Formats: sequence, C-alpha cells, structure tokens
Amino acid sequence: MSTIHNKKQTGKTVKWLIIGCVLMFGFGFALVPLYDVFCRVTGLNGKVDLTPAKPSLVIDNARSVKLQLVAVNNETMPWEFRPKVAITRLSPGAMHQTAYLARNLTNKMMIAQAVPSVSPSEAAPFVQKINCFCFKRQPLKGNAEKWMPLVVSIDPELPEHIHTVTLSYTLFDITPDDLSTVTFRERGSL
Amino acid sequence: MTSSSASTHHHGPAVGLSRWLYTTNHKDIGTLYLWFSFAMFLTGGCMALLIRAELFQPGLQLIQPDFFNQMTTMHGLIMVFGAVMPAFVGLANWMIPMMVGAPDMALPRMNNWSFWILPFAFSMMLSTLFMEGGAPNFGWTFYAPLSTTYAPPSVTFFIFAVHMMGISSIMGAINIIATILNLRAPGMSMMKLPLFVWTWLITAFLLIAVMPVLAGVVTMMLMDIHFGTSFFNAAGGGDPVLFQHVFWFFGHPEVYIMILPAFGIVSEIIPTFARKRLFGYPSMVYATASIALLSFIVWAHHMFTVGLPLVAEVFFMFATMLIAVPTGVKVFNWVATMFRGSMTFETPMLFALAFVVLFTIGGFSGLMLAIAPADFQYHDTYFVVAHFHYVLVPGAVFAIMAGAYYWLPKWCGNYYNETMGKVHFWCSFVGVNITFFPMHFIGLAGMPRRIPDYALQFADFNAVATVGAFMFGFSQLIFLYNVIHCIRKGRQASSEVWEGSHGLEWTLPSPAPYHSFSEAPKVK
Repeated sequence: MSTIHNKKQTGKTVKWLIIGCVLMFGFGFALVPLYDVFCRVTGLNGKVDLTPAKPSLVIDNARSVKLQLVAVNNETMPWEFRPKVAITRLSPGAMHQTAYLARNLTNKMMIAQAVPSVSPSEAAPFVQKINCFCFKRQPLKGNAEKWMPLVVSIDPELPEHIHTVTLSYTLFDITPDDLSTVTFRERGSL
Repeated sequence: MTSSSASTHHHGPAVGLSRWLYTTNHKDIGTLYLWFSFAMFLTGGCMALLIRAELFQPGLQLIQPDFFNQMTTMHGLIMVFGAVMPAFVGLANWMIPMMVGAPDMALPRMNNWSFWILPFAFSMMLSTLFMEGGAPNFGWTFYAPLSTTYAPPSVTFFIFAVHMMGISSIMGAINIIATILNLRAPGMSMMKLPLFVWTWLITAFLLIAVMPVLAGVVTMMLMDIHFGTSFFNAAGGGDPVLFQHVFWFFGHPEVYIMILPAFGIVSEIIPTFARKRLFGYPSMVYATASIALLSFIVWAHHMFTVGLPLVAEVFFMFATMLIAVPTGVKVFNWVATMFRGSMTFETPMLFALAFVVLFTIGGFSGLMLAIAPADFQYHDTYFVVAHFHYVLVPGAVFAIMAGAYYWLPKWCGNYYNETMGKVHFWCSFVGVNITFFPMHFIGLAGMPRRIPDYALQFADFNAVATVGAFMFGFSQLIFLYNVIHCIRKGRQASSEVWEGSHGLEWTLPSPAPYHSFSEAPKVK
C-alpha cells in the first residue's frame, strides 16, 4: 500500500462521506413535507385538507352520523369562540350549514387563524369542508363580533363503524406585533 | 510512509502551547479530547450535584425553579455532547491508528480543527448561563414550542453551539471512517479489526447519518424564531409533533452513538483479563451492525404518549424489543468469553464487569419502557431517568473509565496506582447504584422528572439518591489524582502492559512513541 494510493483512496472516501452528510441534511428538511404527506394520506394526526371540497352528489339517507363541533382557544387567545350548535346529526353526503361565533374581547384590532382537527383520525379524510372560516385569516376589530360560516359534509364512504365525528377548531392569535399590544409575550404568539 | 520515515525518527513534539494549538498528531489530539471531556464531565457533574442538592428535601431550598430547569438542560447537553462523545472520539484518536497499524489519522489537519471547534462551542453554550433571561431551560431534548415560542433569548446561542458541535462530530466521524477504510496495515482485513475499531466504524456511520439531521432541526428552530417560518408552529400550519419526530430520528441513533464504542472497549478488555479470545467475534460485528440499523426505525418509542395511531404504537414497540436480541448476543458473548477463563480483576476489568451487569439492568428497564401501554404510566417519570442513567453512567461512562485505565500505561508509559484505582471503582460502583437505583422506585410511584419540588412520599428515596450522587461525584477526584500521579511518577510499564493483552497497540513500546508505525507493520 503506497502513500499515493492511500491519498487517492482517502480523497474518494471523504468525498462520499461529505455527499452523505449533505444528503442527510436535506433529508432532515425533507421530513417536513414527507410528514405532511404521510399524515394527509393516512389521515393520521387528524390533519385535514385545507382546500374547499365539492358538494357530494349522493346522500346516504339510511345512515346518520353524530357530528360534534368543538371550539378551543389556544392559551393566550382572548376571544370568545364557540359553535352555534355543538352537536347535530346528519346523513353522509348531506350538506350541513352552521357557523362559529367569534367575539374580540379586547379593544384592539386582532387577527386570528383557526386550525381544524378531526377525531377519530380515521375519519379525517371523509370530513369535507365546502366552505370554512379556517380557509382564511379572520381579522376582527376591538369589541366586535361576527358569525363565521362553515359548510361541511361527510363523505358517504365514511367507514361503517364510525358513528361519531368530532370536528375541532383551535383558534390562534396571529396578530403581528405592531398591530396590537394585547399579546403577553414579545414573540409569543406569532 | 517510506519517504518520511528517516526524518520523523527523531522528530518529537513542539514545545509549549503551540504544540497543542497546531498539533496534527493523533496522540496529542486524543489527549486534548480526553482532557476536554474530563473537564466537561466535572462541569456537568457540578450541575448534577446542584440538581441533587435541591432534590435532597421536598420544597425549594437552594435554587429557583427556572434555574433548576437551566441546570437539567445544561447537565444533559454537556454530558452528552461535551463529556461522553468527545471522550469516545479521544479514545478513537489515540487507539484506532495504533490498532490498525496506521502512522496517523487519515486527515490530520481536519483532526486538529474538529477538536478546536469544541472549546468554542462549549464556551458559547456555557456563556448563556450569564445572559439575560438565563440559559436554555427547555430540557436537553429542546421540544418545540418550549424551545421556540417560549424559549429565553439565549436559545440562538444554543443553536449555534449545537451547529458547531455537529460540525466537529461530523469531521471526526469522516476522519475515523477514512482512517479505518484506507490506512489499515497490510494483512489487516476487515474481519481482523479489533472490536473497538469495528464499533467505532459503525458509530461513525451513525454520526454521518444523524448529525446532519440534528443540524437540520436546529436550523428549522432558528428559522421559526427569527425568520417567521412555521415548521413547528400550529397557527402557521406547522406541527410541534413534527419536531419530536425529527429530533428523535436523530436522538435514538444518538444514544447508540454513545454506547457502541463502549461495547467495543469492553470487548477489548474482557478477553485480556479473562486470558481468552473474544467469544463469537463475527457475531459481535453483526450484532453491532444490526443494533445500528435498528436504531433508525425505533425513534417513536420516545413519543408513545403524543397520540400515535395504534398501528404505529405496535410497530415501534416490537421494533424496539427486537433490539434486545443483538444486545443479548453481545452480553452472552462477554459472559462466554469469561467462562472458564483465568480471570484477574484489575481496575479496567472491574469497570468492564460492572458495565456488563449494570448496562444489562439499564437494558431491562429499557425493555419495560418499550412496552407501549406500560410506557403511558412510566413516561416522563423518574423511571425513565433511572433507565437512561443506568445505560449512560455505569454504561458509557464506566466503559470510558475502563478504557482509560486499560490504555493509560500505553499512553504515558507508567502504571496507575492499582489500589487507588480499586478504591475509585468501588466508590463509583456503590455511588452510582445508591444514586440511580432508588429512582426506579420513585419513578414507578409516579414522581415526574424535571421538577425542583415533589410530594412528601418521595422524600426518603430522593435523600438517598442525593447522598449517592455526592459520593459518586467526589470519587471522580480520586480518578483525576490517580491519572496525574500515574503520569508523574507511576511504575514503568512494559510494552505488553497486561499479561493477556493482544493486538498491534501492545507491540509498541510504552509510552507509545510520538510517531508510531511510520513503517506499516505486517499482520499475519
């Protein structure tokens, strides 16, 4: 084994190892979209599609599914936030029109974003939102209130053994810092 | 190798500070790594003692909760990245070239760089203790959003320190792989490599695979904190659970990075003092490789309680239990090596034996934690703390101690004081068990980890654990004294050092000359 041979070999080894490092660094970031795709495909984690769905053409009147609507305020969110009707029964395929109340309890202008989640996660791919306030940001002036519309239906393909579907919205405060001083932490809520 | 041998024969080290700053010699760099890691071991140990002192009694006595959190965080980070990992890299630097018959590491200049990054990384990390808002207080696992939305401002320095440690580890790993693959002496085939070299080769590949992922996850944190992205922020469409997946994709292989070289050290020491060849050498190699491969598909067992679907819980539970098989192979091979051997019990052997027994206890508590339904009870309790300290302290740290005692006469040419070594061993052994064994009980009884105060019924076991921790901590000073004593005025060691020693490093004189194997040795 000569020194020159070693140097060449070593250079090659190092080259491959550096390529490996760069690829693994990229893989770390690739995990982000992979995780999202994985959750969306399998419906794990209750992640749901955030794009509007088309209304279903078939209505399965033989079945009736209990739909629970839940509202959660993320810790520092000082709004009143609740569904108009918390529990309804509907047939798969039928459109259900309802709304959530949002009332800004502060006297500053604020912007909110609702993030949905479905339980059981197996049902997530079958909850179809034809129109949802979660599709866009919701600005609200101080002390103002509004009914935020929601049109939802449940796909008739929903597995037979699921009788109850819970659709939960968590409301986050996404007001930029310069717009308001109501947030408790400097970076806390963005 | 041939052209430079004449000029290097009488070429010793430079004198003074520049020897250490500019050195590209694998032995010098190994020494630097080892001293650095010992300094970090004492630093992290002081933090551990502060934690234990606060937990001596229920209620708040010494430190405030926020500082307590900073101590648990810094203790973990310093022990993992500052003490255990650099100690193994130091041992690799010293031993791998001598074990494979190489004149030095393959990339000596990069070797210098990968060491000298570390003191800067840890100065930056430790400096956060003096910053406004305090040091990182979110646990060594730095889960988002604790480490992003709710982190103290010093988190940015923490992120850069982690980046630097990552770069240092990756460079070290590249160097080790290049050395093992390309600089072996003629006749040293892969299946003749000493086990310490094999385990380090596999560890280095793990480092290459996961340290970039760690760099990636802290970069995402940095972007979430400063550049308005939402990788881990649910309001912006991100997901905090994603953080845990990416972190543990790094984190689980990381815990094997901290134990595989320990397996290697123990596999060197036991045959020497049992005066027998290692039982089942090929199965040891394959078992190490299987543990490394399995480490990539078990990460979510750290996350059983985040709300994984049933199918994932079951998969990760069984995949985790599968690791017990190759680990069992190793333990049985060590026992079989000792079976009917003519054993003697010098300090390295004592540490190696304690490693086998206590690591196995840690392995068993790991198996208990792997059972997903049981983990819902154990999660985030002191049972977990007991488990990972059993595999890391009497596991990784004891193996490092064993290795240090075993090779010390080769490094400095003198024997350490055997009596002092044995005193050190017994104090450490008793101290470790008094510290960590009661934690199993308080964990099963429900005491959560990472809290400065606790319910009264946990008081007695906590007091016992604190006494043990101080005993273990202070007995490390015996080790420090013994090493200094050994360097200064120990008894002259022979080349073989130990009666049953085997391998290329023992064919060199003691102390090993500054330049060794400038002419490659022939391996039969």
